[in-house]
Amino acid sequence: MEIEKIDQIIDRHNGEASNLLQIMLDIQKENNWLSKQALARVSEKLSVPLTRIQHIATFYKAFSLVPKGRHKVHICVGTACHVRGATRILDTVEDATGIKPGETDLDLKFSLETVNCLGCCALGPVMEVDGKVHGKMSPVKTARTLKIYE
Amino acid sequence: MGDIQFEIDGKTVTADQGMTVLEAAQKEGIYIPTLCHHEKLEPFGGCRLCIVEVEDRGWTKYVVSCVFPAANGIIVRTRSEKVDRLRKTIIELLMAHAPDAPDLLKLAREYGADPDRYERDPSFCIHCGLCVRYCAEVAGKHAVGFVDRGINKEISFVPEIAAKECNDCKECFPLCPTSYLQAAFVYTQALSFPDAVKTGQSAGK
Ligand code: SF4
Ligand code: FES
Ligand code: FES
Repeated sequence: MEIEKIDQIIDRHNGEASNLLQIMLDIQKENNWLSKQALARVSEKLSVPLTRIQHIATFYKAFSLVPKGRHKVHICVGTACHVRGATRILDTVEDATGIKPGETDLDLKFSLETVNCLGCCALGPVMEVDGKVHGKMSPVKTARTLKIYE
Repeated sequence: MGDIQFEIDGKTVTADQGMTVLEAAQKEGIYIPTLCHHEKLEPFGGCRLCIVEVEDRGWTKYVVSCVFPAANGIIVRTRSEKVDRLRKTIIELLMAHAPDAPDLLKLAREYGADPDRYERDPSFCIHCGLCVRYCAEVAGKHAVGFVDRGINKEISFVPEIAAKECNDCKECFPLCPTSYLQAAFVYTQALSFPDAVKTGQSAGK
């Protein structure tokens, strides 16, 4: 992420240290992760020690300190989805993408996570991609769905 | 001066506005065990060892004395059956992380704590924050901080800052209540493998 873009985000928040969290969230959102360079820039511009920024960046799950894929795949492994075959869905995704939960592929296309219940158990097993819910998944349907994403 | 009056272990003591119970006790030479307290640093309340019993208008409660403000008329007991029991458990929990720390071994003997009560998870750090806070508040270098949270919380040196500042300082090492090898180890690690520091992005570009 270019320095100018980070500076823009910081300026949008008037460069105030009290907006640190929001600035970090915005960088995370635009860039999909927080690079060390980005954090160093924020630290410098806001005069907040890097140690403090690192503590925050590692505290909240919303932040990632490694690059994330363009598409975020969440496989529900909650109880309802589990009994309806979430394991097979997860296996299919792992096979198709070559990554395990918590990982990102080398092309930065997909990041995979598991979640415990997305709140729509009747649709189980459920896969969520970039916030869009795909319900009543089968291995075949899962593989087909993943192909839509570039 | 001394406009607050209260009682610690049967002795009437005075304190200034804004003083903590611990500070008032120390001023009077009354001993309360502490691990994360340091007179030069802001109160932190991280180790919980300084827990005491406070009786306030008939109510008894248990508070950590290093952050609890002194107040008129309270009755503080630095030891009681329950305080001792609480401290024993706190020591046992801390010892799961730092089983060989001399300070903890001594406390364990005093309070009859069983060092093996909880499954060992020797990270050697008990999160007292002395090194982190000293570096920020006294040294003003911000070279070491905490990362992650809960059971995964660790100290971490920022390699770029550590490489510049730490060699001439190292004042945080002897502060560590577990053994200053811990800070020394993490420091060496940061300098030797700057990319592998937990927050450093080894995968970054
Ligand atoms: S390394 Fe030592 S001084 Fe630093 S937080 Fe851990 S226990 Fe405290
Ligand atoms: S268990 Fe999957 S949505 Fe509830
Ligand atoms: S000395 Fe009070 S909590 Fe550590």
